[in-house]
Amino acid sequence: MQKYSVFSLVKNAFTNHENWEVAWKDPEPKKEYDVIIVGGGGHGLATAYYLAKEHGITNVAILEKGWIGGGNVGRNTTILRSNYMFDSNAHFYEFGMKLWETLSQELNYNVMYSPRGIINLAHSDAQMNAYARRGNSMRLNGIDAILLGRDDLKKMIPFADFSETCRFPIHGGLMQPRGGTARHDAVAWGYARQADSMGVDIIQNCEVTGFDVNNGKIEGVQTSRGNIKTKKVGLCVAGSTTLLADMLNMRLPIEAHVLQACVSEPVKPLLHNVVTFGAGHFYCSQSDKGEMVMGGDLDGYNSYAQRGNMPMIQHVLTGGLAVFPNFSRLKMLRTWGGIMDMSMDGSPIIDKTHIEGVYLNCGWCYGGFKATPSSGFVFAHTIAQDQVHELNSDFNLERFHTGKIIDEKGVGPKPWIG
Amino acid sequence: MLEIKCPYCGKRSQNEFSYGGDATIKRPKLGEEISTEDWDNFVYYRDNPRGKHSELWHHVSGCRQWFKVSRDTATHEIFDTCKMNEDFNV
Repeated sequence: MQKYSVFSLVKNAFTNHENWEVAWKDPEPKKEYDVIIVGGGGHGLATAYYLAKEHGITNVAILEKGWIGGGNVGRNTTILRSNYMFDSNAHFYEFGMKLWETLSQELNYNVMYSPRGIINLAHSDAQMNAYARRGNSMRLNGIDAILLGRDDLKKMIPFADFSETCRFPIHGGLMQPRGGTARHDAVAWGYARQADSMGVDIIQNCEVTGFDVNNGKIEGVQTSRGNIKTKKVGLCVAGSTTLLADMLNMRLPIEAHVLQACVSEPVKPLLHNVVTFGAGHFYCSQSDKGEMVMGGDLDGYNSYAQRGNMPMIQHVLTGGLAVFPNFSRLKMLRTWGGIMDMSMDGSPIIDKTHIEGVYLNCGWCYGGFKATPSSGFVFAHTIAQDQVHELNSDFNLERFHTGKIIDEKGVGPKPWIG
Repeated sequence: MLEIKCPYCGKRSQNEFSYGGDATIKRPKLGEEISTEDWDNFVYYRDNPRGKHSELWHHVSGCRQWFKVSRDTATHEIFDTCKMNEDFNV
């Protein structure tokens, strides 16, 4: 594989950049693979990469119905963080943060990791107490956290509404300085390029239409490009998980919901952190192109449509204007939606299943992008070793029967209640 | 914007309603022996089809009645709505 560097850039400049190698090939599916990953998104590509790199399993195919990176890895708001209170989440996402810090070097692909800090605003004394508690839990788990006061925030986001009379005055906030953003497409492409270079077949326009299961064991998958034999299948299809689970007669504690995001026209640098409004559904960061990247909450009813509806956009931006009134003059550039696999406790499921050789990676709710490296790492371990990794041992399916759920948000099994 | 026909008030905009999820789950009967699996299924497991979905909606900013809606989760087409003790015609 061609190494990307300043020297290769200069060298290729002499030939008008016409001789770059393709980043990944477009192979025909083989008759048989050791492992098949269904879903060529961030998690599927990362899983294939770590299967090859950490476990030496390179006879791997990624089957993608559309094109790689066309689903949620290309539709999220690119935020990275590990500001969780519960141990299972804190350890898992912090492991991911450490992978993010060196990912560009590891993949030889600039994922534009930007540790610009994520600030959760607090609007009441009670919320400040809750954030102090969460910050302390984070620090006990070795995660960076700073409690900010109102005066600190006036210096950081001076254009926010700091008036005394506004409906939700800013009392302070909790900040994770190492949190930030990364270039989402580059993450998918970087993993794809490295996985391909180690022998993984990335097969696009290949829809899985069925599974061959015999005596409780997986033997192969049926696809729109023919039947393929395999002993192990990993499902990384986010919002479409239930559709595949139905083919395997598995009922999952998951509902599909649409989540929207939007960007404004590009403006000069203004917002230097990721900021979340603590009294409503709104968060925002400014992209390197200058656009305000904004998001909020689910549209609020089951949906497999990768597009949203205006009432939620209006609701989210109303919250946004409450905290950043100067945004009212921004023009909207684009809105879009992605399908979330909402689990019933808000935490993911990375586990084996009742079918030997079928592994499940789903239930990411709104938080899948930041988990891309850690999810790929532990899912590759789960598939290769046929046992869960220490970091995903709590993210099991069994918890919906044992009661050991990981309900960080505390809303119960009603995903549409934000 | 969805336009939802409340069985009591007629067609209204989506803004007047809130969502209540899968309409097919039934609470296990009181006073009978209930397995933990039945409870788990009632609390955590739902129908999640791509296509026709029976769901509950609440006319929260209107008559405040709960009712059932048959809607396509991929196209958002609403096929029918009915009262809680009725069945869909379509």
